[in-house]
Amino acid sequence: MGMTVVEKILARASGLPKTKAGDVLEPRVDLAMSHENAALVINQFHEVYEGTGLTAAPWDPSRIAIIFDHRIPAESPKTASNQKKIRGFVELHGIDRFHDVRGDSGGICHQILPENGYVRPGFVVVGTDSHTTSHGALGAFSFGIGATEMASVWALGCAVNVEVPATIKVVVEGEFPPHVGPKDLILHAIGLLTAQGANFRVIEFHGETIRKMSTSGRLVVCNMSVEAGATSGIVPADAETVRYLREEAGVTDPLDLVVPDAEAAYQRVVTIDVTKLEPQIACPHTVDNVKSVGAVEGTKVHQIVIGSCTNGRLDDLAEAANAVRGKKVAKHTRMLVFPASGRIWLQALTKGYIGDLMAAGAVVMNAGCGPCLGIHEGALGDGEVALSTTNRNFKGRMGNPNSEVYLCSPAVAAASAVTGVITDPRKGGN
Amino acid sequence: MTSMVSKVLFTVGDDVSTDVLYPGRYMATVLPTETPQYAFANDAEHNALLKAKNYEPGSVIVAGKNFGCGSSREQACSTLKGYDVTIVANDIARIFLQNSINLGLRVVTAPGVKASAGDELELLEERVVNRTTGESFPVVPLPKARQSIIDAGGLIAWTRKRLVEARPA
Ligand code: SF4
Repeated sequence: MGMTVVEKILARASGLPKTKAGDVLEPRVDLAMSHENAALVINQFHEVYEGTGLTAAPWDPSRIAIIFDHRIPAESPKTASNQKKIRGFVELHGIDRFHDVRGDSGGICHQILPENGYVRPGFVVVGTDSHTTSHGALGAFSFGIGATEMASVWALGCAVNVEVPATIKVVVEGEFPPHVGPKDLILHAIGLLTAQGANFRVIEFHGETIRKMSTSGRLVVCNMSVEAGATSGIVPADAETVRYLREEAGVTDPLDLVVPDAEAAYQRVVTIDVTKLEPQIACPHTVDNVKSVGAVEGTKVHQIVIGSCTNGRLDDLAEAANAVRGKKVAKHTRMLVFPASGRIWLQALTKGYIGDLMAAGAVVMNAGCGPCLGIHEGALGDGEVALSTTNRNFKGRMGNPNSEVYLCSPAVAAASAVTGVITDPRKGGN
Repeated sequence: MTSMVSKVLFTVGDDVSTDVLYPGRYMATVLPTETPQYAFANDAEHNALLKAKNYEPGSVIVAGKNFGCGSSREQACSTLKGYDVTIVANDIARIFLQNSINLGLRVVTAPGVKASAGDELELLEERVVNRTTGESFPVVPLPKARQSIIDAGGLIAWTRKRLVEARPA
């Protein structure tokens, strides 16, 4: 029997010729990512060393990445002090892959890692963030862990007692219709699989639609795989992965493309044809409550959010700018845009997208998590409705349990910003 | 695991997310000891029930499917651990389950489990018995890979042991 791509990656990271779903391994970790919750990791890390007489030092500072994104610039003295503590740790241990609050090199962790070439095909990546699944877009096995588990990784350099997950193969065929894209695909797939349908499993993406998809689109699809419960999503590396890493991430060293065996064992195979896919909306309060846009068209929206690690890249901002250029955001609606990284912000500025968006009435915020998790900006009022390109619509997600969040693509969000109600982008705004 | 008889404190439905269990707006509060008051903070009724502390230690919260889905924030586990409750769920999201094991929050996966507030549950290794209704539900064993961490008393103790064993003589 052959191996799936994750079985291959885990075998190599564990020094074994072969593994299969269910095996228990201790793979070495190629990259260990944290954001502001590094403050908790540092706390747990020091606790591990307590009473041992050993000096608390991470196994390999060059394999640790720390990115400030969840609450930048700091919204409270507490956050600011946590960030200060992390800066001290970073300096003490010489952690170079540290991205502070900066307009040029800062941004959301799941964008910073790919755009700086930190993730490579075949890597084992762990992150103290559930959307660490994103990095499967580059052919890595990448999954979320808790802060205490990260402290263990920092101490030992491996992920402990990892059970090799079974794999669901999702084959995507057909060409997207106009105004329909990767976000609609993954929302549709989550609706099919359900919110826990892929729990403890990996989703491996295949098919001509995925092969033709840009890395930006693959990041959308892998980012949201966790919303079906998946340990990770993964697109086996190919020519597009090499193009992205060489041209956009500036990687020059050799790449090792790990691909699954033809006769790999999959737990389940799901085929999706996107030829007739309609714009999809995840309705409150679960991500698998997915409907075609027609079912909720006309719903009044108080806040449009475009951005996040899911849809805050240049192609997303281009789509939004094109939709609102020369028009105005509807009167009773607020439109918030937050690019995924400083690099993207500057590119969008050069291309004129930032100007188009602001002239239409959007507020373009600094790169970071912004309103996505309801911490310090863009909170919703009681009874308000948001339509957002982010990845979660759980009760209270945008800071208020008495509000509702609908999830959609940038095309739907931008068309709806102009009308002020949920709008099918295929019909155009007014 | 020895058998344990506990009362059901309250029940919740499917897909109770970490945004309900421990909202992002409290995430700057990082230490486990600081977090208990925020448990179920986006669900006022259950937050109040926990804070009232009018129950026996080890009381059970019975949950539907996909309990703890969402974020990797382990405060969602530590905050519940602070209340000394046991979670019995139809199924549990991966990261939440892993964090519970690492931090020592007692969790049991029992597909199909049915109970109401006030019911008496007997928690056995292979099944959960609802003594009030007489129904019995099989338990899904924890991922076998994780048992050694529970046996060591959590991941901090487990990792510490590994470090000490690896210390050059
Ligand atoms: S943008 Fe939202 S989903 Fe993405 S890392 Fe930030 S908080 Fe998490």
